[in-house]
Amino acid sequence: MELKIRHVSKDYGTFAALHDVSLDIRSGELVALLGPSGSGKTTLLRAIAGLETIDEGQIFFGGTDASRTSIQQRNVGFVFQHYALFRHMKVADNIAFGLRARDRSRRPHESEIARKVKELLELVQLPELGDRYPAQLSGGQRQRVALARALAIEPQVLLLDEPFGALDAQVRKDLRRWLRAIHEETGHTTVFVTHDQEEALELADRVAVLSKGELQQIGTPDDIYDRPATPFVYAFIGDSSFLPIEVRGGEAVLDRSVLPLGQLSAPDGQARLHVRPQDVVLRPTGEGVSGRVTLLRRTGAFRRADIEVGDARRRIEAQLPPELAITEGDEVGLHFNRFAVFPSDAPHSTAPN
Amino acid sequence: MAADIALRFPATTAPSRETPPAPPPSATTETPATRRVVIAISLAFIAAVLILPLAAVFTEAFRGGVSKYLESFDDPDTWAAIKLTLLVTAIAVPLNVVFGLAASWAIAKFDFRGKSVLVTLIDLPFSVSPVVSGMSYVLLFGAQGYLGHYLDTINLQIIFATPGLVLATIFVTFPFVARELIPLMQEQGSSEEEAALSLGAGGWRTFWSVTLPNVRWALLYGVLLSNARAMGEFGAVSVVSGHLRGLTNTIPLQVEILYNDYNFVAAFAVASVLAGLGLVTLAVKSALEWRYADQLAAGRRR
Repeated sequence: MELKIRHVSKDYGTFAALHDVSLDIRSGELVALLGPSGSGKTTLLRAIAGLETIDEGQIFFGGTDASRTSIQQRNVGFVFQHYALFRHMKVADNIAFGLRARDRSRRPHESEIARKVKELLELVQLPELGDRYPAQLSGGQRQRVALARALAIEPQVLLLDEPFGALDAQVRKDLRRWLRAIHEETGHTTVFVTHDQEEALELADRVAVLSKGELQQIGTPDDIYDRPATPFVYAFIGDSSFLPIEVRGGEAVLDRSVLPLGQLSAPDGQARLHVRPQDVVLRPTGEGVSGRVTLLRRTGAFRRADIEVGDARRRIEAQLPPELAITEGDEVGLHFNRFAVFPSDAPHSTAPN
Repeated sequence: MAADIALRFPATTAPSRETPPAPPPSATTETPATRRVVIAISLAFIAAVLILPLAAVFTEAFRGGVSKYLESFDDPDTWAAIKLTLLVTAIAVPLNVVFGLAASWAIAKFDFRGKSVLVTLIDLPFSVSPVVSGMSYVLLFGAQGYLGHYLDTINLQIIFATPGLVLATIFVTFPFVARELIPLMQEQGSSEEEAALSLGAGGWRTFWSVTLPNVRWALLYGVLLSNARAMGEFGAVSVVSGHLRGLTNTIPLQVEILYNDYNFVAAFAVASVLAGLGLVTLAVKSALEWRYADQLAAGRRR
């Protein structure tokens, strides 16, 4: 089932939870909604499910406008952040709930329900646990039951709210791989919310980055990481530093150094140059932008350097090969393999640098 | 190397290998003698204020022997009082269950304007004297009351009749169910209900198969408390009853009448029925607390 989200807005009083969000999700795709807390990602997911009403815009399920239909009519599989399993029901009854809740005309026979429950328990690799209560399960097992319960109703789309948020690191990694495998097997159009960029990049076909209720960028993990569309995405995904620069006639000017912008285009005026630590290369003094090494630290396979750049002594981070012979206090030249330039008045991230 | 680390980070690596430390000295510094005195004072207080009077009720009731005790119940007025109390309770408690469920559902699961006012109003019967509530019903529904004339024309008597007793009882008992359910429902949140809706269930089905089972023990607990109070209420009921023997006297009122008639054995015998009901309620309540402590915990944490 294909999802089309068109100019969706939602206000909580004066606070805009979603502001003119438009987004297409292709049939069978696995999409991550990524953003810091308060970015509107969960509100968007709940709006798709019908758990939140939207003030403006439309949400299309396939060709039909579902924005004004009830949650029951939308037939979505929703996996809640804390699973929301029915605590007084056994696992098997939890999974069967959606089938038993159907109208008499569409309700399968009880033996058919039992067969379906068994099948789903096998799919989520918990065939022995049908008679347990949710309180008797581990976090990872509850997550699987929640997914089985959502899949039981043969949903048009599968929506997951922070599916791995409450689990510890190892379980999280296993479940991530497992969820991807289930997605391949069942082929549901799947949208999940996460604040963990690693999770989003690893798991999703495409990632939608939100900030303050606005969609910043949607693209493949490569697009998001290598070609961030906004300063927010640049700062939020991966490590990066920025330098204030001036753009003049298609070139970036930093003090006395000039960097050709190449294919990047930016209007003349004050701007910021964003660069990732691994894209900073050291050259002999005099080449490129001048800087001074102020701090060297060993981090695993690499060496991290803090470098003060230019007259303003603005500090950036560089990731260097450990065999490079430099010491703190050295004057160096800098070359940027890859960088981005955004006008200074573009909305900036509040994420820590 | 390990020693080196332990030296530098004693707090993170060392403790697991050390011998367990001696149990810390008690946080309280009172001497055993002080403790015993404090405990003795509280026990003496409980004995004087609670246990002795309760024992007195049963002693007085059986003063003339079992046959005299049973004779007390031959009085048709006493039987009428017992029946009336059961009737009033049977009407008031279910209505309070409905009200309590509706109010706590609204308060716990939704945000709306005036929510805090509603929460405060639910506590009103706890803070207002029952006599005042009885008086206000007389003022509203009595023969000389605001609605008295209208009620007279449709031939409905509320004050000095069973409907008045029911109203007064509802007033004094309505916080019990809601006060038990609200904290529990707030703690449980509404995600299970949302899950049920997302799975295609309608409102009723969600209520019956998700909301209600999740609060069933707290609900039962609230019903017990409200039941005990409904049967034992004196003040509010006394004002609206009119003390018509055999017609509008509930058990507590009958006890008072018998006592004022110097019929002490009968008064205490009837009182022992009330006390017995109270003890049974207490026993069931304790059993519930013991068995379903976790599910009631949210309710008691307030």
